[in-house]
Amino acid sequence: MSIVKQAKGFWASIVLAIVFSVVVQLLINGGQLNAFYVNTLFLIGINIILAVSLHLIIGITGQFSIGHAGFLAVGAYASAIITMKLQLPFGLALLVGGLAAAVAGLIIGIPSLRLKGDYLAIATLGFGEIVRIIFLNINYVGGASGMQVSHLTTWPWLIGCVIFSILVIVNFTNSTHGRACISIRENEIAADAMGINTTYYKVTAFAIGAFFAGIAGTLYAHNFYIIQPTNFGFLKSFDILIFVVLGGLGSMSGAVIAAILLTIISTYLQDYPETRMIIYSLVLIVMMLYRPQGLMGTKEITSLFKGRKSVKGGVQDESKHTVA
Amino acid sequence: MLNIQNLNVYYGNIQALKGVSLEINEGEIVTLIGANGAGKSTLLKTISGLIKPKDGEILFEGQNIAGKVAQSIVKKGVSQVPEGRRVFANMTVEENLELGAFLRKDTKGIREDFEKVYNLFPRLQERRKQQAGTLSGGEQQMLAMGRALMARPRLLLLDEPSMGLAPLLVKTIFRIIQEINDTGTTILLVEQNANMALSVADRAYVIETGRIVLDGTSDELNQSDQIRTAYLGGH
Amino acid sequence: MEFVQQLINGISLGSIYALIALGYTMVYGIVKLINFAHGDVFMVGAFIGFYSISVFHLNFFLALLISMVACAIFGVVIERIAYKPLRNATRIAALITAIGVSLLIEYGTIYIRGAQIEAYPGNVIPDVTIKFFGVEVSSQSLFILGVSVLLMVCLQFIVHKTKIGKAMRAVSHDMDAARLMGINVDNTISATFAIGSALAGAAGVIFGMYYTSIDPLMGIIPGLKAFVAAVLGGIGIIPGAMVGGLVLGVIEALVSALGYSLWRDGVAFIVLILILIFRPSGLFGKNVREKV
Repeated sequence: MSIVKQAKGFWASIVLAIVFSVVVQLLINGGQLNAFYVNTLFLIGINIILAVSLHLIIGITGQFSIGHAGFLAVGAYASAIITMKLQLPFGLALLVGGLAAAVAGLIIGIPSLRLKGDYLAIATLGFGEIVRIIFLNINYVGGASGMQVSHLTTWPWLIGCVIFSILVIVNFTNSTHGRACISIRENEIAADAMGINTTYYKVTAFAIGAFFAGIAGTLYAHNFYIIQPTNFGFLKSFDILIFVVLGGLGSMSGAVIAAILLTIISTYLQDYPETRMIIYSLVLIVMMLYRPQGLMGTKEITSLFKGRKSVKGGVQDESKHTVA
Repeated sequence: MLNIQNLNVYYGNIQALKGVSLEINEGEIVTLIGANGAGKSTLLKTISGLIKPKDGEILFEGQNIAGKVAQSIVKKGVSQVPEGRRVFANMTVEENLELGAFLRKDTKGIREDFEKVYNLFPRLQERRKQQAGTLSGGEQQMLAMGRALMARPRLLLLDEPSMGLAPLLVKTIFRIIQEINDTGTTILLVEQNANMALSVADRAYVIETGRIVLDGTSDELNQSDQIRTAYLGGH
Repeated sequence: MEFVQQLINGISLGSIYALIALGYTMVYGIVKLINFAHGDVFMVGAFIGFYSISVFHLNFFLALLISMVACAIFGVVIERIAYKPLRNATRIAALITAIGVSLLIEYGTIYIRGAQIEAYPGNVIPDVTIKFFGVEVSSQSLFILGVSVLLMVCLQFIVHKTKIGKAMRAVSHDMDAARLMGINVDNTISATFAIGSALAGAAGVIFGMYYTSIDPLMGIIPGLKAFVAAVLGGIGIIPGAMVGGLVLGVIEALVSALGYSLWRDGVAFIVLILILIFRPSGLFGKNVREKV
């Protein structure tokens, strides 16, 4: 019975998402949404993908990575080469952007796995910087002055990618793979002792997270006309990190809500960048001091509506977790 | 000298000490025996101020020290030799002893106490300049005891001094405990090795799952059937 | 001879890294926190030095001293407000807080005084070129090296010979055992932040003098590199941070000398990753397995 119910919920949300996308598309076509709102909407979409992709690495698998902008950069540059240098279609660019970032995720993931906690954090930060410096030094992609990119990101592509990434990450989380990742987050030594191949799952989480960051990078590059290495510094990584931290480490809906909220706040504050950063930093500090579990903790928004407990990490299994 | 009344200590929601009351008179060796996890170390940590009790009183020479910071308790004259020795491995023997006298300002008295400790543990004098981490287990135990003595305590708390030591060394350590007591230092000795503990102690308390279940003189407890079966390996 | 000059430049730069790295390593050694805000304390130090010299017309040594004292206080304030309440929190929570503090200092500074670059007065220390056997060395390089070495000697003295230094070593090794000695752990941790921050402040003034331009975001990259230096030497180990800083400075100078100056910033991170993978305990560290 629970499966039927879950399936119903699944299809309902899909239908809802499609209706929402179509309505927005109609509004854009009809000109009711001005450029400011459209732009904000696009930014929200890209940031949601970034937030859920980092959520998989940090929130689910517990690997504290603060170099996510590196994957974003790989996706952005790889896809820009596809569309701008090779004149190939945008759909292919999305795929290549994602795959290139996933490969980068593998390259970074495999050696980093020996590291834990804050050492891993620093190593990923270092990788992110190395990626940026590499692009800075490749003249083929414009070096420091960057690369012109056509505006190819359209609403259907964007919303399609958002839905796709959320679906994949939700399904991954709810699968046995996801449970293995959560067990690594909760206690790596115990997970190892239980026979879970922790290395495999950590690399997988890194690669999938990087893949979606690469997709986001593609959308990002083809939304802004120009990409430059300075767009992908570690401040960008912190921007993404704050979505996950604010939302609640381990809650995907939390990360999504935080991405939406913070994107709206930062678009309104775009003329006052330092105010924005001061607010961000205060949010981080106050959050850690008073509510280190984030807005949502490890709960998902669905569990709030259904009034039932959710397993940490949002694994919904009604047969075990009904409220008595 | 030390009078504990109705002490309750919690780790989060778990109560580790349940209404513990205990008394130590000046000049005594009192031992606290009990199984692993009974709350022995918790009691010592609470006396030393590493853990704050929820309620209850710890009167040391009439003053309530419950919940005070460790620093002020050391200053009042209570030193602890912690379980597992906990010497500062990357510092020399001499530096470890200096740290024992951290709160003292009387240079002359400190120098005297160095002599006393070296007399008590000649081994430590030989290894004065050696890093504490390179000492053997027994030597580290001696160092931990010497370090505690450097504070010139009136009450010395000893947590499992025999742990992990060879039987011969255990004997030496207990002989030294007796010697320390003879110079006028009151001692609260926590031990799993109840046999040895009762052989040096004047009185003993038995703790089980956070509660004092039995107390009496060492002779009384040595003869108690309950104690013989549970802690002394007798039948 | 070009090579020797680059080497000397590298050593000067490396001694600045070393001064910053010391703060990282001391703080990490005692509270196991990567104090991301440390690079920003360095920046604040540079600005305090700048204002002391250009507005109040103080001489270099006075400016250095004021900057060190002010940064020491600043470091303690950061520790008390942001880090102390988190002492029993997870390390990740502490790390996130540190990132937050870092951003707050950077953008708070921009908010207060703007993002514009400030030019350090160049005439503070006479800059003459000294020739040794055909090698040209600027007096500033030597001066930087001298001041850094002096500060490091002072630090070694404090850590090994004074009571507070011994307390710091004791706390960093075993906090509870240190408490049992009657050591006030909170004050010792604050003292560690104070000393580390003072060194960062000094590094800021020296950096400003040597590179002549300072800005509110100047602390980020040297801060990260100094952290790399600390890891390179073995984090928590004071001589390690000194050697790590010098080695990193020299490597960077050599990379520049070979004509890859655009890659210079990347090299530090490559060093970091190599060291983390092959020798995570650093050059001076012993391999200690984490106990379960």
